Amino acid sequence: MFLLHEASAAPNAGLVPWVVFLPVIGLLVNLLIGKFIGEVGVGIVASLASGLSFGVAVLLALGLAAVPEPGSVPFLDWIAVGDLAASWAFRVDTLSVTMMLVVAGVGTLIHIYAIGYMHQDTRHNEDPGRFRRFFVYLNLFIAAMMILVSADNYLMLFVGWEGVGLCSYLLIGFWFEKGAGGIANAQAAKKAFVVNRVGDFGLLIALFFMFWNFKSFQFDHVFEQVAEVSPWVIQVITLFMLLGVTGKSAQIPLYVWLPDAMAGPTPVSALIHAATMVTAGVYLVARSHVLYAADPFAQSAVAWVGALTAIFAATIAVGQNDIKRVLAYSTISQLGFMVAAVGMGAYVAGMFHLITHAFFKALLFLAAGSVILGMERGQEVAYGGHGHSKADEGPGRSGHADFDPQDMRNMGGLRARMKTTFGVYVIGALALAGIAPLAGFFSKDEILAAASEFNPAILVLLIAAAFLTAFYMWRQITLVFLGTSRTRAAGAAVESGPVITLPLIILALLSVVGGAINLPGVLTLEHWLEHTIEVTHTAAFNPLIAVTALVVALAGIGLAYLLYGRRPATRPTDPDPLQTRWGGLFNLLTEAWKVDWFYNQVFVGGFKRLAGFLAQPVDQGVIDGVVNGFGVLAQASAQWFRHVQTGFVRSYALVVLLGVVAILTYLVWVGVPLP
Amino acid sequence: MIPASYYLALSAVMFVIGVLGVLIKRNALVIFMSLELMFNSANLAFVTFARLYGNLDGQLFVFFVMTVAAAEVAIGLALMVEIFRTKHSIDTDQLNSLKG
Repeated sequence: MFLLHEASAAPNAGLVPWVVFLPVIGLLVNLLIGKFIGEVGVGIVASLASGLSFGVAVLLALGLAAVPEPGSVPFLDWIAVGDLAASWAFRVDTLSVTMMLVVAGVGTLIHIYAIGYMHQDTRHNEDPGRFRRFFVYLNLFIAAMMILVSADNYLMLFVGWEGVGLCSYLLIGFWFEKGAGGIANAQAAKKAFVVNRVGDFGLLIALFFMFWNFKSFQFDHVFEQVAEVSPWVIQVITLFMLLGVTGKSAQIPLYVWLPDAMAGPTPVSALIHAATMVTAGVYLVARSHVLYAADPFAQSAVAWVGALTAIFAATIAVGQNDIKRVLAYSTISQLGFMVAAVGMGAYVAGMFHLITHAFFKALLFLAAGSVILGMERGQEVAYGGHGHSKADEGPGRSGHADFDPQDMRNMGGLRARMKTTFGVYVIGALALAGIAPLAGFFSKDEILAAASEFNPAILVLLIAAAFLTAFYMWRQITLVFLGTSRTRAAGAAVESGPVITLPLIILALLSVVGGAINLPGVLTLEHWLEHTIEVTHTAAFNPLIAVTALVVALAGIGLAYLLYGRRPATRPTDPDPLQTRWGGLFNLLTEAWKVDWFYNQVFVGGFKRLAGFLAQPVDQGVIDGVVNGFGVLAQASAQWFRHVQTGFVRSYALVVLLGVVAILTYLVWVGVPLP
Repeated sequence: MIPASYYLALSAVMFVIGVLGVLIKRNALVIFMSLELMFNSANLAFVTFARLYGNLDGQLFVFFVMTVAAAEVAIGLALMVEIFRTKHSIDTDQLNSLKG
């Protein structure tokens, strides 16, 4: 048994198991007695579990602020087989506690929001009974995510890693019987699971290599031995780990699951597929910074993957018409920024952007959810007026089932109908676009400053991505909120209630002031994290880069205004201004560069062809041929040998006699062995 | 004293007659008698060698063989009666139900 790392010196560190236990308690309570405490009760229990978890994280942070020593809290001996000794121990250091604060903090706001959102969503989808299930899953996710970020060894981290993947699958497929053809949502969930499995395979290989060479999974034990093993071992581990990162954090080439994951309810998109789970890859690289620092090639591979993803996803976001898909591609693009940052060794900048992005992207998703709810209510007012009682109508929703409340072409003019949502959405969009002095400006600027020192090509890619970010966000705002309403549903849209708008306002405030956690010159976050991560290069505030980024972002907004704002479309069928100018290119963007088509052809199609080949000639031909051949052989020989069985006793006796004679002849010939 | 080879020759002749009887005859009773003939040829050889070597083991064995043969006759005759009841014949060539 390895000696457990000495317990943390920081005060309150002993509380750390509760960040995992509280959500588990919450989900158990809802599972067992949720049926009897009503929707509000379920929502309160779940939000309280997440909120108390946040409280514990705050206590841990206060303890670390007093004594900022990294430490671990042993909890259980988990696996002890031969050389393998993995314990269930919680890591308490500034990095893990930062992640806990983000996960539980944003998570709690989203829990509260979901009370209002799921109330309407479950009725809109005609199954109020699933309200409780949603919160059970949500608490399970918080627990799994806490295991991921509080792990003290890679094996425990992997448990959390798989746990959040499971929750993601369950929540994407929450309305598993809905979607196109009744299977689209289930297929989206399956796609997310399978694509993530490819990434997890990479992480597993990395872990196997790690154990093979280091004989330990524990962070400190692994990092201590980095200098002792040959460089290619580190390279193999880091590159396979990168494959895991591309799966979980939706980077090229495995990002394709995230846009489809928007089939899940909007709070899920905000919590799992924007703010927390998808940043696990960034956290993994930051956590493994000792390994990456030892291998410059792996570092630049990570940086290039991130930068290419940032620009690639940003171009796709320009051509999307679904309000959530724009945000999904935007998330992929922003994750590209973070991955590029940690790849360039700018771990603080990456973590900084992770935090601010959690604020404003959760805000944007939740506000988009509020827009969708408003559209659904407007749809009911404009077309049906049945309120919530739709059970007698069946799924057809009175003849306008093809109306898509998420399609931005059906919106327009919502500014007047949904004032609060409009306000917070603009704040979120400007923060995302990187307009000073909102949160995104500072964090994005740090990444760009790091890129300017690392590689000019990556800097150019990231600035181009920042330009497109500003462009597609303003395009979205114009299509959704400005101009005039293009459908009767949009004209009748209704603002959401306070349980929904309150979390939005809090997140909007965080998006405004979030940059304060690492202001240039003050660098609170950097001094906080440097107790855990060796800060190799301090991203100096570069006024040139900052001004360039700001100008580029304003240019993006200006271009979007020129194209969309001056003469807003008035009908849902009006073509997109980009479509009229560059129809082919725009359609290609709408179809996401046909990557899904390509993957379907090459990987899915290739796999099906391989499976077909193995089934038809190989299995049915070769393997069945051998087995059937033995059968035919046995039958044919039996057909022949049956003639020996004449049924005449005397012929058997004759054979016996001949046998005896033959044996005796042999014995006489050779001579009888004497005893 | 008559040489032992005479007895052994007689034993061999009896045995061959028995074998030929089993192989050639179709009547189960005659086959049975041929079988007894083979038993007794073996008994004769036993006794001969017992006398030749002055060892009583062979003599002793003959008693066992006769006892077993008596028991075997009882079972064999019972079987034959039963076969005759079902087949109305004790011709062994008629008993070929197990022909493959």
